Amino acid sequence: MAAPLLSVRDLVVEFPTRRGVLRALDKVSFDIAEGEVLGMVGESGAGKSLTGAAIIGLLEPPGRIAGGEIWLRGERIDNFSPEKMRRIRGRRIGMVFQDPLTSLNPLYTVAQQLIETIRTHMEVSEKEARTRAVALLDRVGIPAAARRIDDYPHHFSGGMRQRVVIALALAAEPELVIADEPTTALDVSVQAQIIDVLKEICAERGASVMLITHDMGVIAETADRVAVLYAGRMAEIGPVRDVIQAAEHPYTIGLMGSIPTLTQTADRLTQIPGAMPRLNAIPRGCAFNPRCKDVYNRCLVERPELIAREGGRHVACWLYEPVKEAFNV
Amino acid sequence: MSDVLLSVEGLTRRFDVSKPWLNRVIEREELQFLTATADVSFEIRKGETFALVGESGSGKSTIAKMIVGLLEPSDGMIRFDGKVMDFASGAAMRALRRRFQMIFQDPFASLNPRWRVGDIIAEPIRTFGLLRGAEIGREVGRLLDLVGLSANDAEKFPHEFSGGQRQRIAIARALSSKPEFIVCDEPTSALDVSVQAQILNLMRDLQDEFGLTYLLISHDLSVVRHMANRIGVLYLGRLVEVAEAKRLFVEPQHPYTRMLLDAVPDLALSGRRRTPVTGEIPNPINPPPGCAFHPRCPHVMDICRQKIPAPRSTATGTAACYLVSGQTENVAG
Repeated sequence: MAAPLLSVRDLVVEFPTRRGVLRALDKVSFDIAEGEVLGMVGESGAGKSLTGAAIIGLLEPPGRIAGGEIWLRGERIDNFSPEKMRRIRGRRIGMVFQDPLTSLNPLYTVAQQLIETIRTHMEVSEKEARTRAVALLDRVGIPAAARRIDDYPHHFSGGMRQRVVIALALAAEPELVIADEPTTALDVSVQAQIIDVLKEICAERGASVMLITHDMGVIAETADRVAVLYAGRMAEIGPVRDVIQAAEHPYTIGLMGSIPTLTQTADRLTQIPGAMPRLNAIPRGCAFNPRCKDVYNRCLVERPELIAREGGRHVACWLYEPVKEAFNV
Repeated sequence: MSDVLLSVEGLTRRFDVSKPWLNRVIEREELQFLTATADVSFEIRKGETFALVGESGSGKSTIAKMIVGLLEPSDGMIRFDGKVMDFASGAAMRALRRRFQMIFQDPFASLNPRWRVGDIIAEPIRTFGLLRGAEIGREVGRLLDLVGLSANDAEKFPHEFSGGQRQRIAIARALSSKPEFIVCDEPTSALDVSVQAQILNLMRDLQDEFGLTYLLISHDLSVVRHMANRIGVLYLGRLVEVAEAKRLFVEPQHPYTRMLLDAVPDLALSGRRRTPVTGEIPNPINPPPGCAFHPRCPHVMDICRQKIPAPRSTATGTAACYLVSGQTENVAG
């Protein structure tokens, strides 16, 4: 594989609090290849959104990057000044957030917002920017784009607003789009449309996508690879098909089993006992050890690193340690 | 039928969404009404789980609120265990209310943050005068045990619990008056999947143990598929299809149901070909004439634009669509 577009190495994000430093992301590493869709899943508090925020330099203070590196096309960006980072946001990394109502400014028309974004990042005239904006809206599937472009965000329905946000994110032709729960606020029938638009338009422009969601179904239909986060750590990362159909990390196995599907006939859902630990009470060793059914003494003391498996998959679990396997055989 | 626990006939609820009087006079506007639920009829049998699915604005929660007596229907009738619910009579409603309870969507809003968990769970017991004195405490402990918490948790406040645990508390409260029927309005949509699985399993176990009847309201088709025996699909306040859960997903009859099933992201990676979904739910204040689904329907005919289709019986249940060849049902049930 060629050099990845985005490379995150041992990313650590910490929140200093009065009761000590909370580690919200702990040595998270992954790559996103050119044109690839990487799904990022996990339950609330696992650190999915935080990973996205750290990459685009929008961590809410007092949160800060306490370690690790972020590389965008061979350039290290985690130590950029806010001003330099501002120029990357929008231009090279586009963003789509969960709630389209809060990510659009209610006081400006869609045209004003799109044209401003385009002109901030590109040297084009007002008129040309407008032509581009209309073409973009048309592309994301807004009917009568030339007329509707002068409407305010509240004139649009939720699904249409999210299309506008996608148009905004892609306005400056970024290389990477970070979509944080882009369809969570939408109904299923609209969700399917939005996912299709996002996928198509990014493929068309060769943009990579980091798709953050808690919905495994969306990941299954959209992503090429998927990363599973648990308590701020990477549990498993690999091709979508492998991870969904034959998960290896006990947490991923439990997670997949706990999702009701339209085709299964099982009477009971698999149940992972307990809940994800709070950040101030992450157990020693593997963070998943209190809930894991295959736990053994090593898990209690030593934290597993990502172990390479077949087909480009990596799993952070001592069950798959080469030494132990050899021992078992 | 004797085993019907709850039946609903022609249930309709309109909300007045007009502008204030002065604006109406100045702007010469008429009164405006939003019909949240129109002419909905179904019945729920003892011991089954009946689910209502639909997208936002389809009237799911309005129906739930009317059934538990939080909203008065504009039209139509609700019959619980053979008795018609009389919204005018407080005493009659109170007697009925002990027999049904509700679990709400958001466990952060449905529990009073200033009350201890024990008091929250004991409230229905005290209100209905079911037990007295030390027995209440013992019953609360037993209920907490039943939902997978410990009896000591009665002393704590809701903020000390996670979302899943709070939903367990809400379930314990719902069970405390020993109801026969529980309305669950999106009980797991605020929860993570692994916690959702715990709650759904718990709801099933409790149903088996106490022979409960559930009305489950959800927008999540896979949750509904997992839990329900029969399913009603709502679109813009009208029931478009009712069918056995197992068959609805295999042989959907109504075009809307088909579209909805196609829209659900597929975890099985079957690579099935799907019809792309088009359009959005229209504004419920001015719904399209005739069948409300006709602007989005791929099989639309002339008659669909003019007359609202009545539910017809199908191989799997009933569907309100002209394409379905079947006997028109005059009265559901």
